[in-house]
Amino acid sequence: MADKFDLIVIGTGPGGYVAAIRASQLGLKTAVVERDALGGVCLNWGCIPTKALLRSAEVYHQMKNASAYGLKADNVSFDIEAVVKRSRQIASQLSGGVKHLMKKNKITVIEGEGRLTKGSAAPKVIVKGKDGKDTTYEPKNVLLATGARARTIPQAGLEPDGKYIWTAKEAMVPDTMPKKLLVIGSGAIGIEFASFYNALGSDVTVVEMMDRILPVEDEEISAMAQKRFEKSGIKILTKTSVEGVKPGKSNVSATIKGKDGKSVTETYDRIVLAIGIVGNVENLGLEDLGVTVDRTHVVVDGFGQTNVKGLYAIGDLTGAPWLAHKASHEGVICVEKIAGKNPHAFETWNIPGCTYCHPQIASVGLTETKAKEAGHKVKVGKFPFIGNGKAIALGEPEGLIKTVFDTETGELLGAHMIGAEVTELIQGYVVARQGELTEGELMETVFPHPTLSEMMHESVLAAYDRVIHI
Amino acid sequence: MAINITMPALSPTMEEGTLAKWLKKEGDTISSGDVIAEIETDKATMEVEAVDEGTLAKILVEAGTEGVKVNSVIGVLAEEGEDASEVDAPAASEAPKEPAEKKSSSDEPSATKDEDKKADTAPAKSDASKKPADIDTSKSLQSVGQGDDRIKASPLARRIAAQKGVDLKSLKGSGPHGRIIRKDVEAAQPGVASAADAGASAPAGSPDGLIMPQVLDDRVYAPDSYELKPLDGMRKTVAKRLTTSFMQVPHFPLNVDITLDKLLASRAAINAAAPEGVKVSVNDMLIKASALALMAEPDCNASYTDKGIAYHKSAHISVAVAIDGGLITPVIRDAQTKGLREISEEMKDLATRARDRKLKPQEYMGGTFSISNLGMFGIKSFGSIINPPEGMILSVGAGDKRAVVKDDGSLAAATVMSVTLSCDHRVIGGAEGAKWLQAFKRYVETPEAMLL
Repeated sequence: MADKFDLIVIGTGPGGYVAAIRASQLGLKTAVVERDALGGVCLNWGCIPTKALLRSAEVYHQMKNASAYGLKADNVSFDIEAVVKRSRQIASQLSGGVKHLMKKNKITVIEGEGRLTKGSAAPKVIVKGKDGKDTTYEPKNVLLATGARARTIPQAGLEPDGKYIWTAKEAMVPDTMPKKLLVIGSGAIGIEFASFYNALGSDVTVVEMMDRILPVEDEEISAMAQKRFEKSGIKILTKTSVEGVKPGKSNVSATIKGKDGKSVTETYDRIVLAIGIVGNVENLGLEDLGVTVDRTHVVVDGFGQTNVKGLYAIGDLTGAPWLAHKASHEGVICVEKIAGKNPHAFETWNIPGCTYCHPQIASVGLTETKAKEAGHKVKVGKFPFIGNGKAIALGEPEGLIKTVFDTETGELLGAHMIGAEVTELIQGYVVARQGELTEGELMETVFPHPTLSEMMHESVLAAYDRVIHI
Repeated sequence: MAINITMPALSPTMEEGTLAKWLKKEGDTISSGDVIAEIETDKATMEVEAVDEGTLAKILVEAGTEGVKVNSVIGVLAEEGEDASEVDAPAASEAPKEPAEKKSSSDEPSATKDEDKKADTAPAKSDASKKPADIDTSKSLQSVGQGDDRIKASPLARRIAAQKGVDLKSLKGSGPHGRIIRKDVEAAQPGVASAADAGASAPAGSPDGLIMPQVLDDRVYAPDSYELKPLDGMRKTVAKRLTTSFMQVPHFPLNVDITLDKLLASRAAINAAAPEGVKVSVNDMLIKASALALMAEPDCNASYTDKGIAYHKSAHISVAVAIDGGLITPVIRDAQTKGLREISEEMKDLATRARDRKLKPQEYMGGTFSISNLGMFGIKSFGSIINPPEGMILSVGAGDKRAVVKDDGSLAAATVMSVTLSCDHRVIGGAEGAKWLQAFKRYVETPEAMLL
């Protein structure tokens, strides 16, 4: 008879392992089930390894521009294998870190593939171990955190072929540097890979069906980003769709229907699919349990509760925004609820989004357009990087910080940034929103000099016609 | 054997009252029939007469205590030969019994039951000043007086609360450490407590869950800038009933102008012929005309109930009387059967006793229709709030000389008054209301018809 657990978490991505740690803190006897490596996609195939790659690209970019800083660097080049190796090492280091955290928090790690079957208080968990044997667990609660994977459209040939057509996972461990790369989709994942390969010298084309790239971001930010990318050499095709791809002998051809409605067929060395993601809902036994699933996402309430007693789900598996920190946050809420605490229900309004391309893009809350559509009268503040001493000193004078306030209440409805290190800056506004500060507190707050954060202050001041440095 | 003096029920619906005054003090000798205390209910002050004789041994509920439950023990009488000073504990410990029985048989909402519980135990407490009503009143007063209490609320919550007119003190914060956040304020209605808070504090002292708590923010209205007069039973009742009516009854008004000349002439003739001391007023005649119009249009003599529409068989006319500290509506019962002299005399008596707050509950309850007359103040027309469960209320404006166009097209001066009939649309349709006004107008303009 297997151990009795209060909670079994299936999946150890940033949703699952964080939920497990919180559960353990709250005194629940907890186990996690992982079929692959601890840390999930985020640590192994997503957030972290891409950041490692992008860092290499950034350093390379700086080396090439060394003269701008009065430095000399001749014969600058890179070794893609070494770049990838560094990325993999970091992923593996962090995965090891999660293993340590599991141990430290006395969480049992069950290796294997979990599936569910009907139970009494909660579904039973059957884990098929590495040895192929099934072990059945009867926990009091089950939390699904199986995440998501890249969306594919096999009918149009949009699926990885093991060679020329990549998803993020393959693009992260390139066998060779593609000379000519097509990125399909201009969300965060597509743009990050476009940015990476462009920096390393590939000829990159990005295709986007919508009328602008990074469609969830503020229009102004999208437009600025597009200009910057085009300036750096990325070809961007909006209102354009890929009708089909066909791998050839040494490359892959794609038929692209442009704005003008005409189709053109071009050949590329590689294609990156970044056309969205789908939840990992298969082979979990969800159908037998009658779990409600809507378009590959498990339907839950604000506390992660599914329609089945004792069964919870969090993270990418439950839908947008598909972000690691959203998963962690949901995991904590869900586990606290299970433990009888009284957490606030999950809400998306204060989940920041970050894209780690060059320049970086970060945002939280409503875009200017969305705010107006929601009926707010808005005050908008903008501050450009060119007005900030630190940005100029860093050699990063291009960028913008934009804030949107509700005229009546002074609520910070949204903040949108593009430029160096903005993914590190956005958190200031997230805290302000969570703490429900108004423009008054933000204007009174002292921001240290010389930092990029001063621009956050200036943007708020600008919204109220009190800007100092422009 | 000691005898308990209990809070009397002054009407079948009375649940609690204020012990306004003790007319005897501890140690006084009481004879049967002596008035020993005054009780203030919703709208009246009633005297409590002693049934037994003996010595008032103990006063358990102090004068001025609000929300005293019917049947709770308010004092103890020692019988002849008994040592009054020894009468104490046994009587007090019996106190909660009767109300408890009453509670089990009643179907009251839970909030009222909580009140019961508190009020039941109150008389038995040795510290008579800690009555439930006192506690609650002082709580609401405190919230006016203590401005220094730090309220944990986010800046945004504070601003939205100020804009919406929501009192932060009335809210329960759902943020960390009970901090009030935007969501809490947005969920609150202006001037209304959050559900969580209302459940806990609505009892005894508050006039009504619908309009509580209404507090003045002392950052806006400095506590020393006004005089706070505690609500008495009448104020609370008026607040509760009118708020409920205005919020829950779909009102609609109908206006009509009525020529008064004939009625005034008739009144002059009647008064000239009346015996000494009898003086029929215009209002008396309007009461009679209303009653007859209700008989002519029986569909309008109606009350909405959840079970169905109650069509009253007789016209009991409530007449709004403004009195010091409030409003009361004594009822002329079966007004359609009464002569003007009878109505006039009854009205005079009721109005006098109303002003002294000496009306018995049955004298101001049970009306089927109301009249409110502000003509004496020169008000031309106005619309009243329906006095539930009645279906209609007539607002009578001043009769004044107006130029009227006669049937032949010529102009003439006539005494005209404007009346507004507010109707409960759940029971009265526009056409029914209009028909009633036609009938009323006919009686007023042809007063002889009232003699038929």
